[in-house]
Amino acid sequence: MGVASFQPVIGLEVHAQLLTRSKIFCGCSTQFGAQPNAHTCPVCLGMPGVLPVLNAQVVEFAVRAGLALGCRINARSVWARKNYFYPDLPKGYQISQYDQPLCEHGSLTIDLDGAEKRVGIRRIHMEEDAGKNIHDAGGGESLVDLNRAGVPLIEIVSEPDLRSSAEAVEYLKALRDVLVYLEINDGNLEEGSFRCDANVSVMRKGSTEFGTRAELKNINSFRFVQKAIDHEIARQVELIESGGKVLQETRLWDPDRGETRSMRSKEEAHDYRYFPEPDLPPLVVPAELVERVRASLPELPRDKLVRFQVDYGLPAYDARILVTDRALANFFEAVWKRYGTNPKKLANWFTGELQRLLKEEGKTVGALRFSAEQFAGLLRLVDGGEISGNAAKEVFAEMFRTGKEPARIVADRGLGLEKDSSAVEGAVDAVLAANAAEVEKYRAGKKQVLGFLVGQVMKAMKGKGNPAQVNAVLKSKLGD
Amino acid sequence: MKLSREQVRHVATLAHLALTEEEEAKVQEQLSAILEAMETLRELDTAEVEPTSHAVSEVGGWREDVVAPSLPPDKALANAPAKVGTSFAVPRILE
Amino acid sequence: MELTDLSLLELSRKLAAGEASSVEAVRASLARIGRLDGKVKAFLLLDERGAVAAAQASDARRKAGAPLGPLDGVPVALKDLFCTEGLATTAGSRVLQGFVPPFDGTAVRLLKASGLPILGKTNMDEFAMGSSTENSGFFPSRNPWDLTRSPGGSSGGSAAAVAARMAFGALGTDTGGSIRQPAALTGTVGLKPTYGRVSRYGVVAFASSLDQVGPFARTVSDVAALLGVVAGHDPCDATSSTRPVPAYLETLEQGVKGLRLGMPREYFELEGLDGEVRAAVEAACRAFEKLGASLVPISLPHTKYALATYYLVAPAEASSNLARYDGVRYGLRVPGRGLREMYAGTRDRGFGAEVKRRILLGTYALSAGYYDAYYLKAQKVRTLIKRDFEAAWGQVDAIVSPTAPTAAFRLGEKVDDPLAMYANDVFTLPCNLAGLPGMSLPCGFTRSGLPIGLQILGKHFDEATMLRVGRAFERAHDFVRAPPLGEA
Repeated sequence: MGVASFQPVIGLEVHAQLLTRSKIFCGCSTQFGAQPNAHTCPVCLGMPGVLPVLNAQVVEFAVRAGLALGCRINARSVWARKNYFYPDLPKGYQISQYDQPLCEHGSLTIDLDGAEKRVGIRRIHMEEDAGKNIHDAGGGESLVDLNRAGVPLIEIVSEPDLRSSAEAVEYLKALRDVLVYLEINDGNLEEGSFRCDANVSVMRKGSTEFGTRAELKNINSFRFVQKAIDHEIARQVELIESGGKVLQETRLWDPDRGETRSMRSKEEAHDYRYFPEPDLPPLVVPAELVERVRASLPELPRDKLVRFQVDYGLPAYDARILVTDRALANFFEAVWKRYGTNPKKLANWFTGELQRLLKEEGKTVGALRFSAEQFAGLLRLVDGGEISGNAAKEVFAEMFRTGKEPARIVADRGLGLEKDSSAVEGAVDAVLAANAAEVEKYRAGKKQVLGFLVGQVMKAMKGKGNPAQVNAVLKSKLGD
Repeated sequence: MKLSREQVRHVATLAHLALTEEEEAKVQEQLSAILEAMETLRELDTAEVEPTSHAVSEVGGWREDVVAPSLPPDKALANAPAKVGTSFAVPRILE
Repeated sequence: MELTDLSLLELSRKLAAGEASSVEAVRASLARIGRLDGKVKAFLLLDERGAVAAAQASDARRKAGAPLGPLDGVPVALKDLFCTEGLATTAGSRVLQGFVPPFDGTAVRLLKASGLPILGKTNMDEFAMGSSTENSGFFPSRNPWDLTRSPGGSSGGSAAAVAARMAFGALGTDTGGSIRQPAALTGTVGLKPTYGRVSRYGVVAFASSLDQVGPFARTVSDVAALLGVVAGHDPCDATSSTRPVPAYLETLEQGVKGLRLGMPREYFELEGLDGEVRAAVEAACRAFEKLGASLVPISLPHTKYALATYYLVAPAEASSNLARYDGVRYGLRVPGRGLREMYAGTRDRGFGAEVKRRILLGTYALSAGYYDAYYLKAQKVRTLIKRDFEAAWGQVDAIVSPTAPTAAFRLGEKVDDPLAMYANDVFTLPCNLAGLPGMSLPCGFTRSGLPIGLQILGKHFDEATMLRVGRAFERAHDFVRAPPLGEA
């Protein structure tokens, strides 16, 4: 009884806006944030007599996605009209691909709880986005902005291979990372450039027949993906167990109420009356284009993640942070090339200080004021005992802000550590002499007194003491 | 092939055409007659025939990803039956 | 002899020789329109100011010795299906009443770039759906040869304007015969080019895989010249061809010696073919033999399925193309409580009966459960029709037939019987389905003095041969006449 005796079956449809400069079928800008209808022309306004002309970059980006996701690229694919009425759909049809899409039969491997899972990708096709219909709160009106109409999309449809909301979230994150790596999408769920609909059904464990599925929409954060799917699974299980039947319908996720609601209205059932688009000849993708794109594919996120763990011996947690941002990963490797000693130490700097400062200053890796060489130089100073760990953080922060040479910063700020051992010995002797009681306690077995003594020596040396060195000298003088 | 009234109504709804009772009847009659004339196509065996969706097979030209000037919003909206600012205004869907 | 009695090329030569000015030509046309169009009703809209301004610019260019376009200064008319910037465009429909396009279609732009003044927009069957211009949302046009009869359709207004010598030439569109059939009924020359020869950008779409832009004029040479101005590749139309445009005028006079002309049995054996039409066309064929061509009987076995095929494919595409007329962004809006009422009210008031009929037919043919039996089936039969022609080209260089089964019919005669109206296009439809070029030129008159048209079909992109055949016939005969409008 209950959710445990059911197997959820989930398939995801992702619509990702492509980062082209102009729209898919006309030359209007795709840039976000303009005044309503400032990026429109007769074509994307759906005026009488207009015709679509395909943006070559859209094909290139779609092929890139198809290859990165292991799909077969169909040399010939067909454009189709999807017919329905809505104010944000100016022509009364959307140009999409139906019967013969560009890409098919790919997959994406995800990692969850230490296990690997291969999620099938059924198809990827290109289509145009619709405009925006904003319901005016005041009057009984809606306002239509067609700036977004005609922005290119790829639709990525997975096989129903996912078996939990956690898997679904992993798949989405992994998919997003791939698209961002390919520089074809900005991966922004909240702003709607990466949209996800979930098809959810349940079947009794042990059964071979899939249950009826419901389509969930309006999921615009990873948190909501998890919540909406879990809620829907529970709803369906309860429905079935109380003798009801799951209906094939579209349900809207309501984040305020934490539930899904049926979108079925007395409206006509959606008969999209697909037929081949007469204004666009079938799409023929030359083999030469596919090979060129294949040759220029970057190392994909998962491959990089695995490599960072294997080659650098980094734990998965660190590797993940480094790999999420391709530029960050590249910078790590650039610094590593010049540093080459302790990868974990370097990784700590990246996941610690660098991430902190990037976030604080709202900067990206691409806009760093310092170089890989300088970063490596700073680390060498620490390793060589020239400065303390804390001082290094200070130097790093200034280097981050000014791009100054780390050695320069150390000199200007007088942060260099005392390397002369006689100075250290002198300070230690003085402290030991002044703290006889503590020395007694130490010798009596209270080893933690050492920390206090170290602190005293550091104070006496005015921060110029190398903590490791001070520690060693103290211990030896204390007779350990 | 005779169309039922129900079918006429369904198709009219899909096409967002409001027909009066009288119009429905006339359309039913005329469309049925036309569809009946189309029945002759059944005589032909087209199992092995590819459909023609483009009369002349030319591989279409693509365009470069270059931004071209858009219409200024006032021109884009010059023919708008109703607008608010530079947005088109439409009545809401009544549930 | 009036300026307006000149053919398009004759006027062009007179302008070149400085014997007339473009402004004079425009004013003469406008004056004639003023005298006659009250009766003929070819025009929906006149643009006197624009036409005169363009004429003045042309005359100024000529005077200054500046480069001139071909046919610079020759006034023409445009079917109201062409989007013209700043000039109302209705497609013959109330749903587009008041719509002023912010852009010129490509064919329009090419005409303007060549210096042709545009007199105005001509009447048409609404959204190009019809064969009589009676489906115009505004009023029917009349045949200058008999004002109680139709000039044909859907480009009836353009045909009537040229026939009545109110314009030296005109552009129309042809989806199932809408240029050729009106040309036949009005004793003018009309040509539909190969699909993809002329850009469709800016032409309000009816059936996208069939629509083509083409010229009307009084003679074959005129039509060849006008075609040359608008033909060619357009980056704004992905279905337009990149093939180079031949110089049609240069090969026009080559005659028909040695050419093989096919006579399709199924066309000549059609039951509804009027006796007088048959006689005139058969006489034309015999004339071709005298001129040195050989006549070859051919068979286009799937001809009888063409009507059904067309009337499934065209309305299906039209039902989708006309979905944009929803009252949201331009044209008519009938307010309603809620969006759906607005859509329905707008489309109900905006569309006429024939358009509604075809939208419903097309929607049905595409709908779930019926797509395979109707739309897909029709597209497959379309392939068979194409193959008929491909086989024929193995035996002949061009095909000749009647253009329409009858001469001009009376207004009101067929308007209530859609199937009877559709039957006007039996000879013209198949070539649209195959994407082939076709033209009509006058080849005789009925006893009651109504024009009869001869249709010539050519191979893909072989307008040159088609024009050559037409020109040979025209040279040897005298069927280019003025209708008896009782005006000089």
